[in-house]
Parts: sequence; structure tokens; C-alpha cells
Amino acid sequence: MLEIKNLHVRVEDEDTEILRGIDLAVPKGEVHAIMGPNGSGKSTLSYVIAGKDGYEVTDGSITWDGEDLLALSPDERAARGVFLAFQYPVEIPGVATLTFLRTAVNAVRKARGEKELNTADFMRLVREKAEALGVKQDMLKRGLNVGFSGGEKKRNEILQMALLEPTLCVLDETDSGLDIDALRIVSEGVNTLRGPERAMLVITHYQRLLNYIVPDRVHVLQEGRIVRSGGKELAEELERTGYAEFGEGKAA
Amino acid sequence: MAAVPETVEQVKDLSVDQYKYGFTTDIETVKAPKGLSEEVIRFISAKKDEPEWMLAWRLDAYERWKTMTEPRWACVHYPKIDFQDLYYYSAPKSTQGPKSLDEVDPELLRTYEKLGIPLEEQKVLAGVEGARVAVDAVFDSVSVVTTFKEELAKAGVIFCPMSEAVREHPDLVQKYLGSVVPKSDNFYAALNSAVFSDGSFVYVPEGVRCPMELSTYFRINEKQTGQFERTLIIADKGAYVSYLEGCTAPMRDENQLHAAVVELVALDDAEIKYSTVQNWYPGDKEGKGGVYNFVTKRGDCRGRNSKISWTQVETGSAITWKYPSCILRGDNSRGEFYSIAISNGHQQVDSGTKMIHLGRGTSSRIISKGISAGHSSNTYRGLVSAHRKAVGARNFTQCDSLLIGDQCSAHTVPYIEAKNAHAHFEHEATTSKISEDQLFYCMARGLDEEAAVALIVNGFVRDVLQHLPMEFMAETQKLIGISLEGSVG
Ligand SMILES: Nc1ncnc2c1ncn2[C@@H]1O[C@H](COP(=O)(O)OP(=O)(O)OP(=O)(O)O)[C@@H](O)[C@H]1O
Ligand SMILES: [Mg+2]
Repeated sequence: MLEIKNLHVRVEDEDTEILRGIDLAVPKGEVHAIMGPNGSGKSTLSYVIAGKDGYEVTDGSITWDGEDLLALSPDERAARGVFLAFQYPVEIPGVATLTFLRTAVNAVRKARGEKELNTADFMRLVREKAEALGVKQDMLKRGLNVGFSGGEKKRNEILQMALLEPTLCVLDETDSGLDIDALRIVSEGVNTLRGPERAMLVITHYQRLLNYIVPDRVHVLQEGRIVRSGGKELAEELERTGYAEFGEGKAA
Repeated sequence: MAAVPETVEQVKDLSVDQYKYGFTTDIETVKAPKGLSEEVIRFISAKKDEPEWMLAWRLDAYERWKTMTEPRWACVHYPKIDFQDLYYYSAPKSTQGPKSLDEVDPELLRTYEKLGIPLEEQKVLAGVEGARVAVDAVFDSVSVVTTFKEELAKAGVIFCPMSEAVREHPDLVQKYLGSVVPKSDNFYAALNSAVFSDGSFVYVPEGVRCPMELSTYFRINEKQTGQFERTLIIADKGAYVSYLEGCTAPMRDENQLHAAVVELVALDDAEIKYSTVQNWYPGDKEGKGGVYNFVTKRGDCRGRNSKISWTQVETGSAITWKYPSCILRGDNSRGEFYSIAISNGHQQVDSGTKMIHLGRGTSSRIISKGISAGHSSNTYRGLVSAHRKAVGARNFTQCDSLLIGDQCSAHTVPYIEAKNAHAHFEHEATTSKISEDQLFYCMARGLDEEAAVALIVNGFVRDVLQHLPMEFMAETQKLIGISLEGSVG
């Protein structure tokens, strides 16, 4: 279970608080969606879960499987099964995507006490997963995310997720930038990873994604707080009314 | 080369620890007396059984050296070297010169193994059939292993220790030695000319494509022994040769002086590719005890349409002072310089190149990737010049510096001189810090910080890496990771 309690976060060297007391629990086997207006703190939450530098947790806690995540470095978290599909995947020029994937898979396997994959086994695995996600082989030879289209970058994130087999998946706007077919393919990829051992946190702006990846719960994040939670129908309601009806905006 | 893919795999699997190359072998050595004098030079020359002209050449260089002073313009700092407190000759006692592999001291072979020398070369050293990289290994001062001489001889290629060339091919040596780097070129070149210990001699005759990559491993093994390799490579008309040089040094707590001279001569339509992976002991955490590397490397594109290309990976040494250069004398000749220079700890690197355009339609290309970490200082110093007759000369220079941490420094010092209006020089330079976002992205995928840095840096240097021969590539990628250990966190 992912358990976030009273989480307060601010950016280092800045006064304003971005997350202002988040409480959230995602049990294994469940998919929760987070929706919320631009700048409400969704990506910040995902970064803090994954362990990015530059964010100061002033109060509260995050635990995964009962273990304090905040005490761990990002790679240690990855080894414990934490995975973040980035809203803006980073380009690393000169590093072939394939090289990156292999390095990551073996780093995680090693940290989990599993045997590293040899070239042949790794290639077989990548080919299979890439094909399922419609990622072309020649893309794998190119520099990581360099010159990839928005949609290609997102597919590449899900490919990494499929390869690393994380148990806590945080997807930050994986649907933005995907065309209709890609949305379906990627959603299928995500759905095949759904299982009793896995918890997922899906950040999105669009109810449409949730038609494919049907969430158990939907939370609305606004100005650093979760202002409402509900079932998947909450997403539909949001789509109709917008965020003005919710939380602090309501008082205005 | 058939064995390359496996070699790459096997090299990848070698687990290399942080400067694990620090060890010495205990082979008895013969030393000249300490210090430099006419007697010492006579001793060296006599030991090598050299003809009179060679001795005279050395003594002349020595006379010139005595009038010269150490260059101080480079961006490096070190205590004054007492040149009288060094040994100028040492050789393993067990060998008098090149012998067959069976006779090689097993201690030497074990040393190479510990060094993690690419398996292809190890196989050659172990005498495995079908291994095809010729190795002229220099252990301290005397060449102890020379392989594949016969196959090379069939092609008419001469590949032998310099000391042997002096005796066996005096005409070639007298014609070309010092013709690219004159005796009095600079302080260290003069010193080398006086006391050079050994090195490689390569002559590829007209129209011959050398049937294999030539490879040499240099090592410094003797306490307080300056190493003064002298290498001369000549590609006659239409010839081609690729030469690989790599080295590491055992851990020592006294500074070790190294002043090599490498001369390349390419005649009409000839091509020479010279690759170096340099990984000498850089000194301990405080910077104590590393190698001082003052090298003069220069290629002369003497003939029309000739081409010389330098590729270097510099990760070692406490101080590096090195500017592999090209004199583009022949019309339409071409010079290339691809460099990766990594400095960490307290290392100081001042390296770059000179492209001297003399002939018409000459072209050159410079790609330099400098990575500084720790408390190190990394300077690119490059000169591109076009002389009056070099009409249509072209140069492209790209200099990228990457900084890791905030205690290190990077400098770019380009000099550009054009004495005619028809030269076209382009220069691009960037300096960047390793990006936090890239680091986080890698770490979020399970790479620890050092692995992340190694991966990102390997990407940064990719444009240069791909110019290295295959079997050096994997080794080098590994080396880059090792060199940057302890640079973060
Ligand atoms: N490093 C930072 N420095 C300063 N402000 C920051 C930093 N990171 C985030 N913020 C601010 O925190 C707020 C939340 O940003 P965040 O990226 O988490 O929003 P989001 O909900 O993901 O928005 P979007 O839907 O546009 O992706 C924004 O106002 C943003 O400007
Ligand atoms: Mg966001």
C-alpha cells in the first residue's frame, strides 16, 4: 500500500508551499486517478514520491509497503518497485535508448538480487515488449528521447515500465500527446500490468483515459490539497463542470 | 576482426575496481646511474648497441636541451622537477630484447592480465592462434614482446622496436627521425631526443594497406624512472595504417615523468589513424604521486591527399600536457583530432591540437570533449592556422566542456590565424553542467548516481568514442565510469 499522510512540500529556496497537506492511500491491486488544474501540484507529488532533489518535505510522510520512501534515494526507490512515467521525459543525447533500457533493467535486477540479463535474453525481452507497445526497433537505436515525438516519448516511458515491472506505478499525464490509437495501445500496456501486487497512480486531465484505464478511485487535487475523492463517475462529473465547482474555488 | 563482439562482451563483464591498476611487478631491473649527463647518454646508447650516428644525434639533442627551459605557458601547476634526480634508463633484467612469447616472463603476462588489457591483446600475448592484433609491448624501456612480425613482413610492413629499427633500418630512421618533431622543438622533445628509451617504428610501403591494427601498450614500472618513448610511423604513398596505443601505470607515491615523442609521416594519398587510451596513475585523493605526462605528438601530411587522424582518450596522469597536431603540407591533405579528456580529483589537463594549414585545399576537423570533475582543471588549447598558400583551407572545430560539481574548472583557449582571405574556419564551443534532470531520470530508473553520471558522460563523448577502434570502445566506456568514480555525492 502507498500511504501518504499530511504531506507538505515546498520548493527549496522558495517560500510558497506547493503541497499543503495531502492524505492519500492506494492499496495494492488498485488504480487511483488524480485530476486537477494546471499548477495544482500533481507533478510535484509524483516527483516527491520518486525522490527528486529540490523539493523539501516540511511535514508528513510517504510509505510504500510500510517502508519510509522519503529516506531513500531515487534509485533505491526504483529498486523497491517505484516507477514514475514522466510528464516530460528527459533527453539524454548520445545514449542509445537500447543501452539505457539495458542499463536500467540490469541495475534494478541487481538491486533486487536477481541475475542480470545477458544480451540475448534482454534483446528478446525488449523486442517482445516493444512490439506490444508499437515501439519501432529503429527508435531503440536512437539517442534516448532525442528527437522523439511527444507520443513516442510517452510510449517509451510505458516500455520502460513494462521492462522494469515496478509495483508502484505513477503515471504523470501519460495520455497527453498520444493519438487515439496510441492511447488505446498504451492503455492496454498499462492494463496488462494491473494486478493484485501493483498499485497505480494515474495523473490525467482527461476523463477519456479513464475509459481505458478504469480507476478504482478518483481524487481531485487543487492548490496542493485533495479537495474531493470519489469513484470513476467523479471524473465524468468533472468533465462536465470543470474545477470551479470544487474546493477553494467554490467559495469565490 | 572476428573476435570483436565477444571481446566487447567479455570486456564489459570485467569488473574493474576503482584505480585497481595500482600494483608493481617485481622484476629485477638494470639501471643507469641517476641523473643526466653525457656519460648517461653514452651508457644508454651503448646498452642499445647503437651506431655512432645515433649517439651523435642524442648528444646533439642533449647540448640543445641544456640551453632550453621548461615551458610555463600551460595551465598546469607542479613543483619544479629535478632532472638530475631521475633515472634515464631501466630495463627488465630477464630480457635483452624482443623474444618469442614462450620466453616472456609469466610475471609480465600476469601484469597485463591484471591491467584488464583487452582480451584480444591478451590472447595475442598468450599466443592464441587467430588473434590478430599485433602487440609490441613496451615494458619499462625495452620491448619485450613483438608478435606477428612475419605476417607484417609478408606485406612488407616494418613494425619493430625503435632500437631495432636504428640497427636494422638506419636509412629510414635517419631520413625521418626528427623530421616532424625536430630535436630542439621544445624542452621535452629535446630531452626525449637525448635519452629516448624505446618505442615503435612502423613503415608501411607504397600502396600497402597494413593487414592489422598495430597496438602497443606502454607501462611505467620503475620507481623514479622517466619514460621516454620515441615512436615513428611512416605511411608511404597510398599506404594505410591504424595504430593503437594504450597504457596504465602502477600506483606510486613519487611523481613519474613521461615525455614521449611521436612522429607521423604520411606521403601522397596515404592515411594514418593513431588512437590513444591514456590511463596513467592520476595521483591519490590529494593529487599526490601521479604521472606527469609531457608529450609531443605531431603528424606531417607531407603528401598530396594524405590524411592523419588522432583520436585520444585521456583519463589518467596528474598532469597532461599534450597537443597531437597535424601539419597539412600536401595539397588537399586532411587532419583530424578527436579527443576525450577527463579530469577528476586534482588532475590537471592542458591538451588540444594544432592544425597548420600550409597546402591548398587542406581541411581539418577538431572535436574535443572535456569533462572536469572533483577539483580538477581541464583546458582545451587549440591552434588553427592557414598560411599564405593555403587557399581554400577549411577547419571545423567543436569544443564541448562538461562540468561535474562546482570545484572544477574548464577553459577553452582557441587560437585562430588566417594569413589568406580564402580560408574558412568555424568554431563552436559549449560549456555545460551535468543536468540534474538527466541525473534524476536515470536514478528514477534504478541507476545509482555514479552509474548515472557514467552513462550521461558516455553519451556526451559519443561523437568521439565512435572514432575509436571497436575493441577500445567498450574498454573506454568502462574507463570513463571508473575515472569519474567519487565525482558526485
Ligand atoms: N522547481 C520549482 N520552482 C518553482 N516553482 C515550482 C517548481 N516546481 C513546481 N513549481 C510550482 O509548483 C506548482 C505546481 O506545479 P506542478 O508541476 O506540480 O503542477 P501540475 O499540477 O503538475 O500542473 P500541470 O497540470 O500543468 O502539469 C506550480 O505553480 C509550479 O510553478
Ligand atoms: Mg504536471
